[in-house]
Amino acid sequence: MNIHEYQSKAVLKGYGVTVPDGGVAFTVDEAVKQAQALGSDVVVVKAQIHAGGRGKAGGVKLAHNPDEVRQYAEELLGKVLVTHQTGPEGKKVNRLLIEAGSNIKKEYYLSFAVDRKTARTVMMGSEEGGMEIEKVAAEMPDKIFKEYIDPAVGLTSFQATRMAYKMNFPKETVGKVTKLMMNLYRAFLMKDCSLAEINPLVVTQEMNVVALDAKLNFDDSGLFRHPDIVSLRDESEEDPKELRAGASGLSYVNLGGNVACMVNGAGLAMATVDILKHYGGEPANFLDVGGDSTPEKIAEAFQIMLDGGQAKGIFVNIFGGINKCDVIAEGIVGAAKIISPDGKSLPVPVVVRLEGTNVERGRQILKDTPIANVIPAETMEGGAEEIVRLVNQG
Amino acid sequence: MGILVNKDTKVIVQGITGKAATFHTKQMLNYGTKIVGGVTPGKAGQEVEGVPVFNTVEDAVKATGATASVVYVPARFASDSIMEGVEAGLDLVVCITEHIPVQDMIKVRRYMEGKKTRLIGPNCPGIMTTDECKLGIIPGNVQKKGHVGLVSRSGTLTYEAAFQLMNAGIGITTSIGIGGDPVKGMDFIDVLELFKNDPETKSVLMIGEIGGTAEEDAAKWIKENMPDKPVTAFIAGRQAPPGKRMGHAGAIISGGKGTAADKIKALNAVGIEVADTVAHIGETVVETLKRAGIYDVCHTC
Repeated sequence: MNIHEYQSKAVLKGYGVTVPDGGVAFTVDEAVKQAQALGSDVVVVKAQIHAGGRGKAGGVKLAHNPDEVRQYAEELLGKVLVTHQTGPEGKKVNRLLIEAGSNIKKEYYLSFAVDRKTARTVMMGSEEGGMEIEKVAAEMPDKIFKEYIDPAVGLTSFQATRMAYKMNFPKETVGKVTKLMMNLYRAFLMKDCSLAEINPLVVTQEMNVVALDAKLNFDDSGLFRHPDIVSLRDESEEDPKELRAGASGLSYVNLGGNVACMVNGAGLAMATVDILKHYGGEPANFLDVGGDSTPEKIAEAFQIMLDGGQAKGIFVNIFGGINKCDVIAEGIVGAAKIISPDGKSLPVPVVVRLEGTNVERGRQILKDTPIANVIPAETMEGGAEEIVRLVNQG
Repeated sequence: MGILVNKDTKVIVQGITGKAATFHTKQMLNYGTKIVGGVTPGKAGQEVEGVPVFNTVEDAVKATGATASVVYVPARFASDSIMEGVEAGLDLVVCITEHIPVQDMIKVRRYMEGKKTRLIGPNCPGIMTTDECKLGIIPGNVQKKGHVGLVSRSGTLTYEAAFQLMNAGIGITTSIGIGGDPVKGMDFIDVLELFKNDPETKSVLMIGEIGGTAEEDAAKWIKENMPDKPVTAFIAGRQAPPGKRMGHAGAIISGGKGTAADKIKALNAVGIEVADTVAHIGETVVETLKRAGIYDVCHTC
């Protein structure tokens, strides 16, 4: 799960990480009020969307008086920002962070993440702050430093100090920097983060160490421990179809195309998306229907795929292991009853490939209950080719 | 033969009184697995499918001499159950449970350091040595006995691949689903090392997916360590957009790392054929076996 920058900063502040004074604004008037309350000569107006690259896309403005704050707030609220992380459709700005400006002396990069290979939390730091860390990694890999953290003892003082010196912090700030590292690690650990990234972390002219930006991502599997974090979720940042699917226990990702698929198992679902593309289709989605495939769940999956006219055809690709092909077949028949007025048809071609446990019974059910537009496929390959052909010929 | 488990392996089921665990205990027994006990705290003295239940893994091991366990415990308690199995000195713990917090798994991995236990999973279908024994949820009817070792990050793709091999007349020694989580027990190389040393396994099928660099690492390892056993691969997620989690917690392209294209390139670079689509896994394995001159030996069913 992702949250906004202003929310991340509030969480981090609770752990003693220094962040600029500021607050969120949902309207232009709120933005002006927040700016006045700060009493700062320079105020930063920052668009709050769940994507990086906001600065370059014009989503971060420096205001020198209340009129400028008003002007920038008017300009940004409701605007669709397109950054390299949003995709071409961009993201609409509904919230602003109004923050006191800082006298930046130098920018650094600091993050905590999980390293798969060592099964450890890793702290990463670089003197090259402000730019994307992937770019630093590609162009100047020797400028990135790492400390792997033993979960039994946590981040040690010597590791933090070593990192601070490697990152070339001015020596009068090293104490503040190591304290910030300790606090950031505590937040990362206590809130089950998958990423805690400060880019840039700045040293100010006054020699303060401040998290100028903050990005926290959370491990979905750990959210049951953190109702406070769950309450920060901004559903307007998420794809409406993905939200709806999540509510029904379906694992779904919108891919934007018109050839949909419904599959059991995440691996086979990914591979099915790939095979649709292989045969010239534009995949509409990834969808893992899971193990318990009731007619209601399958009907909901169909309706999500069909919603807004997106799916022009659906490929059902099932390998029955523990879940059985006859149950899926009954689910498709049941879904037609829920979806169509006559109870015996589906609005777009649905090619069904069944294999594995109880496959004969499954195929028999589809034969015995003919549903208009449902086409059984003998093989996965044949089924994928068939659905792409049907969709592409319109 | 096969690796890690066989017909003599004594197995306990952790969380045996749960609904899914009870169902799969029956399936495992039917397959021939020696399930000698189960563990659910507070339920000692009961029986599930004729198997005695104990309060702790320690008690179960003392009473039965079990050397392996399979964990079906809910996510918030599962990491503790794994550690209990490790502490009891089991050789192998297989954890089926999905959605264990990553920080919990980091602790588990730290706890396992210096101990002998091997861990498969979590978030995996388990392990099956053909006609001998299965721990987990792999359906018993999808694989026949033979000489190909199968290792995969995905459950359904394991079954799909085993089924395609069966149809092509190719049998399997052991299939292992290592799971879809970013922090887990055995990874590709750990399994490949065992297949390398198993005389029955003549060739390996490796099924990877987006996220991390385990496939790239495996490619390098295979080139350096296992030149004599031909490997075939498949990678799921060619069309996955960056930054999106594709069902599995570990299936995500982040910071430009972990793409299917990179993995396929790394595998091809060391001479490993990667199936074009999921429907071509079986025939790609057959091609690899023919090229290596071991098709006849491996055509066992």
